Amino acid sequence: MSAGLAFDLVLAGALLWSAWRTLATANLFQGVVQFIVFGLLMTLAWARLAAPDIALAEAAIGAGLTGALLLDALGALRRRQDAP
Amino acid sequence: MKRALVVLAAGLLAVLLIAAMLQLPAPAVDLPAAVGARLGESGVVHPVTAVLLNFRGYDTLLEIAVLLLALLGVLAAGGRETAAGGARAAPAALRMLARLAVPLMTVVAVYLLWAGALRPGGAFQAGAVLAAAAVLLHLVGLLPAWRSPAVPLRLALIAGFLVFLAVAAALLASGALLQYPPARAGALILLIEAALSVSLGLLLAGLLLFVSRGGVGGR
Repeated sequence: MSAGLAFDLVLAGALLWSAWRTLATANLFQGVVQFIVFGLLMTLAWARLAAPDIALAEAAIGAGLTGALLLDALGALRRRQDAP
Repeated sequence: MKRALVVLAAGLLAVLLIAAMLQLPAPAVDLPAAVGARLGESGVVHPVTAVLLNFRGYDTLLEIAVLLLALLGVLAAGGRETAAGGARAAPAALRMLARLAVPLMTVVAVYLLWAGALRPGGAFQAGAVLAAAAVLLHLVGLLPAWRSPAVPLRLALIAGFLVFLAVAAALLASGALLQYPPARAGALILLIEAALSVSLGLLLAGLLLFVSRGGVGGR
């Protein structure tokens, strides 16, 4: 088994695992962090598929901006719970 | 038992999806070859940029319009009460790091914009990096949340769409929408991409900055 194939298999496994963890966790903060991890792994997957354009967009928008938006939403939810 | 059924059903769906993917017919038109054959007329060297900004420029024009609409929706649904969020200042080290990182991110954005003609990069990636820089500044408390856009910000938000639309309108005389003359295609694409980068950066940052209550820095 070549090193590239082994890496791809590990990457595919990690993708499925992080996707499962994102959905299965009851802790919202953990879910958001897992989602960001999933986005970064997805970036690697696009790079492995020889699609660097999509990898760049995924890293910047999928992992970075969406992660920031989700974290901000989480903070707003917590403040709303604390307020009343 | 229920869990096993769910796993079984999900596994079955995965197998069906993989089987469907493996049976996809070969595309009738060999698009990569078609793009490669006309690449010389597009004004850029990188095929992805050529498709996004030249051969299928119409799609990109609509994309920026959709993003603009999304931000308008955010603004229309705004009016969030100005609650007194926890006024917690970000640590000094974090502020320092942000101050160091943002100029570098701006340079990277300009590089991505310029590199788009030759290699992976382009307006969307550059805009996303610019937006990330603005969000970073906001999260450490150096950039306050935007309450309502003033005139310069409004103009910058729609600049990308307007420039794109103006170029499309100016070229209508040639017969087809967004059909650049090959001699000036490169310059036109760079002009559109530069305007798009600024607008996209502000649009994407606006999605967070218009609704945020102040991030870590608070008010």
